[in-house]
Amino acid sequence: MFELLQFGFMQRALMAGAIIGVLCPLIGIFLVLRRMSLIGDSLSHVALSGVAAGVVSGIYPLTTALIFSVLAALGIEQLRKRYVEYAELSLAIILSAGIGIAVVLISYAKSVNIDLFGYLFGNILTVRPMDMWLIALLGILIIVFVRLLYKELFFIAFDEEGARIAGIPVGGINLFFIVFIAMTITLSMRVVGALLVSSLMVIPVAASLQIARSFKQATLLSVIFAEISVISGIIISYYLELASGGTIVLLSVLLLILVLSIKSILYAFLLQSRQ
Amino acid sequence: MNELVEVKDVSFGYDRELVLANVSLNIYEGDYIGVVGPNGSGKSTLIKIMLNILKPAKGRVKILGFDLDNFKTWGQIGYVRQKATSFNANFPATVEEIVSANLYPQAGLFRPIKAKHRERVYDALRIVKMDTHRKKLIGNLSGGQQQRVFIARALVNSPKLLFLDEPTVGIDLDSQREFYDLMERLNRELNITIVMVSHDIGVITEKVNRIACMGDGKLICHQNSSRPEISHLLKEVYGDKMNLLIHNH
Repeated sequence: MFELLQFGFMQRALMAGAIIGVLCPLIGIFLVLRRMSLIGDSLSHVALSGVAAGVVSGIYPLTTALIFSVLAALGIEQLRKRYVEYAELSLAIILSAGIGIAVVLISYAKSVNIDLFGYLFGNILTVRPMDMWLIALLGILIIVFVRLLYKELFFIAFDEEGARIAGIPVGGINLFFIVFIAMTITLSMRVVGALLVSSLMVIPVAASLQIARSFKQATLLSVIFAEISVISGIIISYYLELASGGTIVLLSVLLLILVLSIKSILYAFLLQSRQ
Repeated sequence: MNELVEVKDVSFGYDRELVLANVSLNIYEGDYIGVVGPNGSGKSTLIKIMLNILKPAKGRVKILGFDLDNFKTWGQIGYVRQKATSFNANFPATVEEIVSANLYPQAGLFRPIKAKHRERVYDALRIVKMDTHRKKLIGNLSGGQQQRVFIARALVNSPKLLFLDEPTVGIDLDSQREFYDLMERLNRELNITIVMVSHDIGVITEKVNRIACMGDGKLICHQNSSRPEISHLLKEVYGDKMNLLIHNH
């Protein structure tokens, strides 16, 4: 198995994967608990249109994807203020705009060789050195910031009004957080794919919520489940020549099913022993 | 008497509907005030204005001697909001994690909470008799226990002033009795000034030492609660069908 590490593309994919395996659930746990899971889908579609814009204009695609998704994230915040009673409407508007721009740009650039499949579903062979360094640099930056703002993000996720009254700068932190979401989605696109990145933010968290006995535990378990899925997903996808994103997400679903099954069996066993 | 809050000629409206019209109210140290009135009379709006959640269209609010916009030490103010216990029941947080949250602004951005902060969390949980539950998930507690956890969160900064918005909604009778005993203890023994919005008029007129009746966005009365006077004023606010029945919890 160690011969895998001889290949440069594998080293890059595993390093990028290890960072994404921390990043996605770390952002995802706050998204799930704030009932904002769908924001991942909206922003990943916008990031895809950013990739298309990059290809058309000849700019490094992850840069344009990053700019598009951060602008869309700020747009969602503005739209949410306009449609307070229909918060999900802002996500639908941005998602539609993202797909619309992506489709128009891709059809315009049909003569250009674009690795659309890789961007949609993830491809470990396409993680270039520049991608890896960008993922490492920005990924670690986001992880450090989320760690530093962890207690405030927890308070806002549990009770936003309470946090505001207690004196937490909720507006500023929310703005940072939504930019982090956009950056995480763009950075994860190379390994997991635009269509599957939000699954990696949500499914490991869903599994951890089944067994966690505190918020700290929930965060830690989400990261462990995501890392297991990402690293083993990358290795399996190499040997079986599968799309890495799909393999990673299917493994995280398997982990969720495993956790749910073990919990059900233990619960049944506990009930029986009490009777 | 030391004045903690001064509400002067405050008006507030949503779109074109006036919710508060020239309301004035003074709250003094040691007060235990019940704010009563029919639905839509502006009780919760008045609390939210005093907490700077809503901005008044007209008038002025001073809290602990400062204009609201210049007031920075919100740790001195505790707040248990309406339906505090109707949060996401599956939220994976322990009692200790939730009560600690109100100390985060004191610890400061980017800084973890320290051992001295943890001591204060344990103290607050001891006051509400929930210290043995601190490692439990909040969603696994009963409604009455959850409410005590939220009161502990409001108390963790040793506030001078505690606002509670309909705190007994959805709480069983035994827990309500414990709740009113706790409020009395906080007011008498710890000298915490309490402002409580409630629909439970019969009980609240028994417990508090001042009552504020809201009706149609106006403050009809705020004075010492003597029964015949209150009965008369409640009729004015709720209409002639209102009879004050006293039942001790």
